[in-house]
Amino acid sequence: MAYSDKVLDHYENPRNVGTLDKNDPTVGTGMVGAPACGDVMKLQIKVNDAGIIEDAKFKTYGCGSAIASSSLVTEWLKGRTIDEAYAIKNSDIAEELALPPVKIHCSVLAEDAIKAAVADLKAKQGK
Amino acid sequence: MHNFFALFQLPEQFDIDMAKLETNFRAIQSASHPDRYVTASDAEKLAAIQTATSANEAYKTLKNPALRAAYLLSLQGITAIAETNTAMPADFLMQQMEWREAIEDAENAKDVSALDVLLGTIRAESKNLQHLLSEQFKQQQLNDATDGTRKLIFMEKVQADIRDIIEKLES
Repeated sequence: MAYSDKVLDHYENPRNVGTLDKNDPTVGTGMVGAPACGDVMKLQIKVNDAGIIEDAKFKTYGCGSAIASSSLVTEWLKGRTIDEAYAIKNSDIAEELALPPVKIHCSVLAEDAIKAAVADLKAKQGK
Repeated sequence: MHNFFALFQLPEQFDIDMAKLETNFRAIQSASHPDRYVTASDAEKLAAIQTATSANEAYKTLKNPALRAAYLLSLQGITAIAETNTAMPADFLMQQMEWREAIEDAENAKDVSALDVLLGTIRAESKNLQHLLSEQFKQQQLNDATDGTRKLIFMEKVQADIRDIIEKLES
């Protein structure tokens, strides 16, 4: 299957691959999996005192579209508030990466990973 | 569309006789082989092709335990692998992530024996899951069976990926 140039770019040069300390109270960790294909994705965000995301890291084991979706959202997340992060929609990701219909679930995975990371952070901070 | 189990004269259950699946699949394959239809009408040729195609799909589905489980659930009206449902138990995903990281390390170190060990561990876990699934289907615990089926898909995927990496390293 042909990948778009943007997917290839993120796939070949993924941004922000790595791990943040999941025990850090300012770090939220989201882990999700896609039973349709067996892909797994971990997304972490670190917020500062003002509630702005200052760092984001991901690790995704899956197809090129899943890697590109998570790589793209780590770029988008930096500098946003957690409410802005929560508002990111899978359709925004799919549109930016020109994902074909059979790969839309990869962008769903990335959106769900953000929501899981935000929920983890809020639970940690008691909000 | 024929019921896949009925097509191979197998009972509609999770535990199946793999030898019988093989034998009956080969019988259908040879009976619908194009060589047998050289002098047949176009309609008969088309019917033979359709039989062969659906037998292929049915065979692939029943041979793979995760796909077989998902198919059994689909016969009960349950979609186990909906693309919009990405929630899995956290400890399960954590384990998947740890295996993935260990596989990545072993691949980078070109350590085939470490990959073999990982494959053995994951295969054993997958077998346990399949035994559990078998019981859940027998007891008609379909919610638990759905969760188990979803897990099994990840277990099958990670094993397939390790086999690919081993093959790549050994070639």
